[in-house]
This record gives sequence, structure tokens and C-alpha cells, in this order.
Amino acid sequence: MAKPKVAFYWCASCGGCEETVVDLAEDILKVVEAVDIALWPVALDFKLKDVETWQPGEVAVAFINGAVRLSEQHEWVRLLREKCPLVIAFGSCAHLGGIPGLANDTTREEILANKYHRSLTVDNPNRVEPRTACTVNGYELELPLFWKDVKPLDAVIDVDYYLPGCPPPTALVAQAVDAILKGALPPKGSVLAPEKSLCESCPLNETKPETLAIKEFKRVATSTPEPDRCYLAQGYVCMGPATRSGCGERCIHGNMPCRGCFGPTPGALDMGTKMLGALGTLGEADSDGTAMALAGTLADPIGTLYRFSLPASLLKRRCIEKEEAL
Amino acid sequence: MITLTIDGKTVRTESGTTVLNAARGAAIEIPTLCHHESLPPYGSCRICLVEVTQRGRTRLVSSCTLPVAEGMEVNTKSEKVMRIRRMLAELFLARCPDSKVIRELAAQFNVTKSRFRKPVGEPSSIVGEEGCILCGMCVRLCDDVLKIGALSFEGRGGGRRVTTPFGEPSDVCMTCGACSSICPTGAIEHHRIWEHVPQRIPFEFEEGLTHRKPIYIPFAQAVPRVPVIDKHTCMHFKTNGCKVCEDNCEAKAIRHAQEDEMVELDVGAIVVATGFQLFDARQLVRYGYGRFDNVLSALEFERISHASGPTGGKVLKKDGTPPQSVAILHCIGSRDENYQKYCSRVCCMYSLKFAHLIREKTHADVYNFYIDMRAFGKGYEEFYKRLLAEGVYFIRGKAAEVTDAAESPEEKGKLIVIGEDTLLGLTRRIPVDMVILSTGIKPAQGAEELARLLSLSCTQGQFYLEKHPKLAPVDTASDGIFLAGACQGPKDIPDAVAQGAAAAAGALALIDGGKVVLEPITSEIDEKLCAGCKICIASCPYVAIEFDEEKKISRVIEELCKGCGTCVAACPSGAARQRNFEDVQIYAEIEGILHPETEPVLRE
Repeated sequence: MAKPKVAFYWCASCGGCEETVVDLAEDILKVVEAVDIALWPVALDFKLKDVETWQPGEVAVAFINGAVRLSEQHEWVRLLREKCPLVIAFGSCAHLGGIPGLANDTTREEILANKYHRSLTVDNPNRVEPRTACTVNGYELELPLFWKDVKPLDAVIDVDYYLPGCPPPTALVAQAVDAILKGALPPKGSVLAPEKSLCESCPLNETKPETLAIKEFKRVATSTPEPDRCYLAQGYVCMGPATRSGCGERCIHGNMPCRGCFGPTPGALDMGTKMLGALGTLGEADSDGTAMALAGTLADPIGTLYRFSLPASLLKRRCIEKEEAL
Repeated sequence: MITLTIDGKTVRTESGTTVLNAARGAAIEIPTLCHHESLPPYGSCRICLVEVTQRGRTRLVSSCTLPVAEGMEVNTKSEKVMRIRRMLAELFLARCPDSKVIRELAAQFNVTKSRFRKPVGEPSSIVGEEGCILCGMCVRLCDDVLKIGALSFEGRGGGRRVTTPFGEPSDVCMTCGACSSICPTGAIEHHRIWEHVPQRIPFEFEEGLTHRKPIYIPFAQAVPRVPVIDKHTCMHFKTNGCKVCEDNCEAKAIRHAQEDEMVELDVGAIVVATGFQLFDARQLVRYGYGRFDNVLSALEFERISHASGPTGGKVLKKDGTPPQSVAILHCIGSRDENYQKYCSRVCCMYSLKFAHLIREKTHADVYNFYIDMRAFGKGYEEFYKRLLAEGVYFIRGKAAEVTDAAESPEEKGKLIVIGEDTLLGLTRRIPVDMVILSTGIKPAQGAEELARLLSLSCTQGQFYLEKHPKLAPVDTASDGIFLAGACQGPKDIPDAVAQGAAAAAGALALIDGGKVVLEPITSEIDEKLCAGCKICIASCPYVAIEFDEEKKISRVIEELCKGCGTCVAACPSGAARQRNFEDVQIYAEIEGILHPETEPVLRE
């Protein structure tokens, strides 16, 4: 029997997810032994027309990382969805929008203005901005459309499974591949990671007191947490209580409070508001004044509470107009 | 048991008893000076000498040191014994001609004058004019019993005396005063032993108007009416010695080793009746409380006017004379924007009571400085009317100041109350002998801590919040916790009694019913999702969530859960859910409202 074929594709992402595949190291040989890689733009040159020639079902699985912001990305993922029976959102960006999704805290106009006009290193007297179509030397050239906002993969196509993490840890990837090969997959729509939040497996959970009484929110940018005491108890916003476990506590071992890349647990509809609700009960304030002062120490609430999940949250993005164009 | 004869009387006593105690047990009096129940027999004063005949031999022995023996014949009043005692009395009188105890003792033997001279020697640094008889009780008490050892004998023969090392003020003395209180001649003057001024222990119940000992009965109506030992001032807890009280207690009821006990009770209902504390009038410096002797707080006056109080119910100034005029200043700390904004509710009426008592007991002029007269209870308005008829002066206006700076001869030596009479539109200066501050009511000390412990809500000023001001005035938001008395708000005795009875009835109703109806909308924690972050435990206002150490997850105690939903909002992983009131339901409702088909309908 021929080996099953798999496809890797990337959208709005940093490339870290691709690195995970590389991080499989010699295990990659086992993967190659078991499957044929039909598409992997980061490593080999493929064109859209190559994929268009695929028979439906010919390539069994598409691992798609990155969020979707360009019409081109949309085109690609729609095509992969058409061709592949199994589509897996790979990594935080495809899963929830990820770090690129924080762009939803501003507008397309702001981004373009900053990039093409305001930036000190840009000299653009003709006020050139990207356009979807232009004519150069009689040739019609086309650029993809830069959408108004970043979307997670499942906002544009049907997604079968999610592999969370920034990037997904190799162990989870290996487990997922194993499950696909064996056909032992959970119900469609599942996130291929444990359901409980990170506190469950956190080595510092034992040091967490019952009452935290946070008087001031601290930032890792301006101070260093003690490595052996619950970060929340120290006043650092650790997203662990609101974040799915399975990451191997990589950040915790690196003395970094959880940043929430694994996304919400299945019981939470909105990660940021859930964590905000929790923080609201953990702070210690005896008057409106001290409560406001405490709230004031929480720098960048959206970037902290929705660092990886803004496009998939209830907020989604700044200001959604009714029936607006993409 | 040993049988002996004392003054011809057959006495049976336990072996090991001294002849002195055997005689006293048989109601035969033997005079003593250096004997004390708490001290081992010493036999230095010799005044307790008796004639003892044993095995045909008669001798003179000090009865305090002689143990009883079978067949012993004791004569405590023989001619020879009396002659020697008279001589001893004369010698003591020569040493201590001014001591009351010695003069009384000498008088027993018809000695009023001594034929001997007062011995001349270097006087001890600690002994006053009364004169020391060298009985050594102070030395033995300080050394053997109190284990301090600040005093000692010094010198020999005629030069023997009691003193501190080098005759200097002692630095080991702990100012307990045992030496001077045990001294039979009152010779020891404590200011010579220590340099600092001893502080008497203020009696808390009497508002510090009188003093108490380290062992004392808290107050006359205390239940149970037994003495308690104040660990902080009792010498036993400082030196591990003393226990004199134990020696003196016939019932052997004193146990110094007794520790405070923490008793844990499983109960189904709690009645909180922690009362109140008075506003501290020291905060209002302008009224001179703590500065002027005769400016009293309401509770101090309550003690002074009480029959069992420090003055036996007589209204007296600090100098012991009755006042000619008294001012009562209402609303001290109450209805005050800077302190307690609320009305303390009881002060008007107790002030009227004070005015009535003062008029009745001293006929002094009484001036009430009031903002409004709040005589709202049953019979209260009538009482106010009666006081108007009794000639009590009422000045409508809050007193501004109490001063002793006299501006005229009639103000000299008096306390002058300055205040505006708003009915006359005049500033008044009223010279009085005594000022009573009608201090307001504050929540009891520790009220906040207890509120946290029992998850009680508080109203303005930290009084506990009832479930409903009209429909459930004794219940709280937590089932089974009831409020009674001033912990819920300032109230007078009839109201407190009524509320107490209602609270007791509420508690009894729970016990009698045998079952408790619970809220249907409680929280639950999904075991599969809970990661044990414990955030819900801290958030629960009803202490209804516990941590399962075995499973490492949190668990809702359904009996305690009131379904407030705080934990549901706090749970960051969504493991906590409110039954019949889940997030998905709310989101579905919101979506329903925002649905394009329903929105226009709702807008209409």
C-alpha cells in the first residue's frame, strides 16, 4: 500500500511551527518513513497549480499553521480543505489567531499608515500603498488583499482538529501523527491536548496559597519573578489557570509565567474574560481608590489576557462594522 | 492520725502537722508574727512559744516549727509562756514603738511601754520609721516563694538588718509589692527598693476607676462568679514562684497550669451577639477627656452612679466631693461628619437617665447640650417631659469645647463648657464641676475580622448587615447565622432583647425542623476540568468550597453554597458552573437578542 500523503502549509505565522517539524530531529525520518510529504513550502518549492492537480483525498492530511489575513492565504486554505479529508489547525495562530491576531487591537488603516508613512525609516513621498491590482509595463499584476482583520483558521474553513501551542510541542505532534496513522482520533473539532488547565501539571501549584491578595500586578519586563513560587502569588499575571495544559510547562521551567498559548480550556468560552474574572477576585483592595490603583498596574490587559487568542475571542477585534467587506 | 493534748483539750490531727496549726485547728489561738501559710516554718520571732511535755520532759518550743507527736501535752498559756511572750512583746515594742501590729500584740500582754531602748545601729536602706523586727518574712517570700531574691539579711547580732545589695535600689526587684504587703510591722517602704513608680493594675470593668489584683473576679455579676488570674501580671508566670493564692485556697480550686482551651464545636446555627464598643472620647481633644479629672465618659459615669461601683453609687468628683453642677454633652462622636455619621440611638435616653440620677442624688444643676432630643421609644417622651419638670436645663446646641481657663471669678476652679444655644442665638459659657460625655456606639473591636470569618456583610461603619431591613432583620445572607443586639447596629436594651429572642427563635426553628431547605441554583465544579488552582476557594464569600487534597481539585460543599456565582465568574478554566444558569445559556440568550430576526422586534 502506498504511504499516505501529508501537506504542511503556512499562513500568517512566524515559522516557528515549521521549526517544530524540524525539531522532531531524527524522528522526522520515521515520519517520512510513514508518510509522503506532498506540500511543504518552507522546505520545497510548490505552486498553487500543483495542489490544484491533486485528486480529492489524494493527500490525506493538511497541517496548516498561521492565522489568515490575506486573500491569498484564504485561497490556499480553501483549496487544501477541498482536497484533504483531514485539516488540522497547527499552532496557536491557526488555532486562535496567535500573536499576529493582536493586530486586531488596531485597524488596517492604522497598520498601513504606520508601516508606509509614519515609520521613521520609511521615505514614501508618493504615498504608495499596497494595492490589489496594478499595471506595470502593460502587465496586470495582482497582490493579495490585506484583510481588515486577522482570523483564526476555523473562521474561514472547516477545521477537523487543533494542535495548540506556540509552537506545538513535538510530543503532542508525534502523538497526533500517531493517532492519525492508527485512525484513533477523538471526535471532530477536538483540541489534541489535555482538557485541564496548566495549574494541574504546574510544578509551582503546590506553592500557591488559598488566598492570593494581589496588591500590585508585576511585569516580567521590569522585574524577575522568584523561580520557585507561584507567579500569581507573586503578582505576575500567569495565564496558567485559564490555559489548557499539555505544553510541558516550558515557560514555567524557563522562569516565565504562562502566556496562554495553548488557549482556553473546553469549559471556557472566552479566555481573557475568564482570566479577568479570576484576577478580579484575587486582588486585594479595600476601597474604590485602591481597586483602581491595582487595576492601573495591569499593563496592556488585551495583550496580556488575549495574547494568543484575540481573533478567536468574543471581542474578536476592534470595532466590527455591520456587513462590511473583507 | 496523731492524738495530743493542747491546753487540756484532746486534739486529733494528721502526722506532720505543726503544733501551731493543730492548735489553730482546735480553735486555740497562739499569737504569731513571722508565721505565714505560704512560707515554710521559720521560728524567728518566738512569740508562738509553747510549753511542751513529752516523755516526762517539759521544754519551751516555738509551736510553728514543732511537728505534733503522739501523746504530746502542750500548754499554750502557762505562766512561763505568758511571761516570756510579755518580755518578747516588750523587746519588739522597743524596736518598733510606732507599729500598729506590734502595739496591738503588746497590748494583748498588757504591755504599753517598753523598758528597753530602741537599738541603735545603722538603719537599713529599705526600712522606714516603723522599724523591722527581723522576722525575715520579706526575705523568705521574695527569695523562696517568688524566686526573685531582691532582699537579704545583712550583718550579724545587733547590726543585722534587711536590705538590698549594697543598699542600692534593686535591679532584680519586679515591683510586685509582696514584701511590703507581708511585713507584719509595715516597715518596708517600697519606694526604697525600686527606683520606678509602681503602676497599679486598672480594673477594666470599672473603666479603670479602681484597681484590681492579678487574681480577681471580673465583675460582680460574672458567670460563673469565680476569680480569674491575669497571666500578664501574676508573679507566678514571671518567676515560676509564688502560688500564694493556691496555698490560701481551702477548696484547692486554683490551677496555675490551666491553659486557654480552644473548643471546636460543630453547630447548625450561630447567633452573633458581639455587641459594641464606645467611641473613644480622647479623639475629640477639645472636650478634655483624659486631660481633666472630672470629664467622664458615659460608661465611667454609669459605674460611678452604680450601687456596686467604685463610689458605692454616690455621684462624686475625683476629689470625693459631690458636684454642684454637671454638664452632659450629647452626640460625642455621633452624628459627626468627622467620626460617626450615624445616630448612636441610645445616648439621648441614657443622658436623660444620668440627669435624673444626678438630680436625685446630689441636687446639682444639670445642663444638657443636645442637637435634637431623640426620645422615640415607649415612655421615653414622657420621661423627657418629666425631666423638664425636674428642673434639668436643656441647651439646644452641640457643645464646642470644655476648658479650665476661667474668665470670671465664678468660673475659677471649674470646668467651663462653651457652646452655642441655637434657640437663644447666644454663645454660652457654663461653669460646672463635672462633665459627662455621651459617647456614641461603635462596632466592637474585631468586628471586621469576625465578618470575614463568618462571611457577614457590613453596612456603613462595619455594623453587620441583616438579610432584609424589614422582613428579615435578624437573619443574615448566610443561612443559620443570626444577628442579635448592637453588632447589627446601635440599639437600646429592649430592642436588643427583642432581637436576641428572635435570633434564638430562628436558631431553634432550624433545630426543630430537622431539615434545611437549600437553594436549587448552586455551583458545581467539573472534576474533569478542575486543575486545582484554588482561585474559587479564595473567591467564595460563603466558604463553601474546599480543596480535595487527594484528587487535587476544588469541591463545592453544596450545603453551604448560596448560588451567588462568584466562583463561576472567578474560575479561569470554566470548571465551575452554576446549575441551571450556565454560560452557554446566557450566550444563547444574548445571541437570541442580537439575532437579525429578533432585534427589530425587540426594538419595537
